[in-house]
Amino acid sequence: MHQARDLDVREVTEAVKAMCITANYDLPQDVYGALVEAKEAEESPVGKEVLGQLIDNADIAAADRVPICQDTGFAVVFAEVGQDVHLAGGDFEAAVNEGVRQGYGEGYLRRSVAEEPAHSRRNTKDNTPAILHTSIVPGDKVRLTMMAKGGGAENMSSLNMLKPSQGWPGMVDAVVETVSKAGSNPCPPVIIGVGIGGTIDMVTVLAKKALLREIGSIHPDPRIAGMEAELLEKINALGIGPQGLGGSTTALAVFIVEMPCHIASMPMAVNVQCHAQRHKTVEL
Amino acid sequence: MAARKITTPLTDDVVRDLKAGDAVRITGVVYQARDAAHKRLVALIEAGEPLPFELQGAVVYYMGPSPAKPGNVIGSAGPTTSGRMDAYAPLLMQHGLKGMVGKGLRTQEVKDAMREHTAVYFAATGGAGALLAKCIVGNEVIAWPELGAEAVARLEVKDFPAIVVNDCHGGDLYEEGRKRYAKTV
Repeated sequence: MHQARDLDVREVTEAVKAMCITANYDLPQDVYGALVEAKEAEESPVGKEVLGQLIDNADIAAADRVPICQDTGFAVVFAEVGQDVHLAGGDFEAAVNEGVRQGYGEGYLRRSVAEEPAHSRRNTKDNTPAILHTSIVPGDKVRLTMMAKGGGAENMSSLNMLKPSQGWPGMVDAVVETVSKAGSNPCPPVIIGVGIGGTIDMVTVLAKKALLREIGSIHPDPRIAGMEAELLEKINALGIGPQGLGGSTTALAVFIVEMPCHIASMPMAVNVQCHAQRHKTVEL
Repeated sequence: MAARKITTPLTDDVVRDLKAGDAVRITGVVYQARDAAHKRLVALIEAGEPLPFELQGAVVYYMGPSPAKPGNVIGSAGPTTSGRMDAYAPLLMQHGLKGMVGKGLRTQEVKDAMREHTAVYFAATGGAGALLAKCIVGNEVIAWPELGAEAVARLEVKDFPAIVVNDCHGGDLYEEGRKRYAKTV
């Protein structure tokens, strides 16, 4: 019989802890590069100054080992668990949460999670629970991605249950409308994750996963690559600009993930991400 | 960009002189307060009770910092979305608040209150918390420490960079800036 590989969940805790800290201190290279390029291309002098501040800020955070942004986010963790892995030594979900607890504590990260949202809104004081998306995949590895998702941009996201007759033009309108209404609120320049298809629950996960793509990467399906380029052009034509103060850089990238949907439906979710696109991935 | 130096507390004369689009460097005391603190400040005003700081001429900074590392004055300290304080801001302006520092859109009611009570709204760069923390030289929690990052703190700032978004004359940089750079595609 095929033997499963044992993986102690303490390794999961250690990995999550390390990712919480480094994701919050070190802006990914692709985002940093995109800010540098945007600063060159930006038409507005105020916009150029803002982009310069964001580049300086990333340099300071990395050098001083402090968070890029005080909103160090809700910890969103995507776990792809190989089906030939045996998670040993404890509860997997608890191990992830323990990593968040330790990472946010030892990294001097802000605890930004409130329990009982409708009444007490008491801070959970350790930034748990994590939002954990687990999928079972072939193989004997565990791939963990941690995303620090800030509240300001998340609040500007939208779910759109469109009619199939609205087609692509209806989707373009909904995406552009979402970014337009958000204006300066989500800390532009933003990154836009668009989920298309599935069901009401799945489409929002697709939109979030879309945000994990590397800036500058081209979608392998040329039709979708074209759709992303069209959306990016229309969003940047809004004139919102860096921090909403006016300018030619409103978004750094638009990423689409799609899947089949019901014949009666056309779900589309827009997950708005601020310029501080913080995420890390490890394989165990 | 040439920036104008201003000091707090703000007077009506200084506020009247500020125009949407002006870059400023703020020096003096600003009060850190966000969602939970605003709810409590407004409850105190409504109950006729004293506030933890003098509101006349005051500037509030919509911000909840990350914890300070040992030896640092404050953790990362960039602005939060101001719109969540819109429900409370007009009453504070009625009681003397002159300046707000944050990021993001304000409602018409807030903008009207700014004209009526001669107040100004500044944007600081959202997501530049490590950079902005360098301009904060003093930090003392003065009310509701149990709120953690949402407590009220008296912050001493030096040459804190901000830009006037809404002035007391109806000027709105978010609207004007956007119009200037909008294109048809």
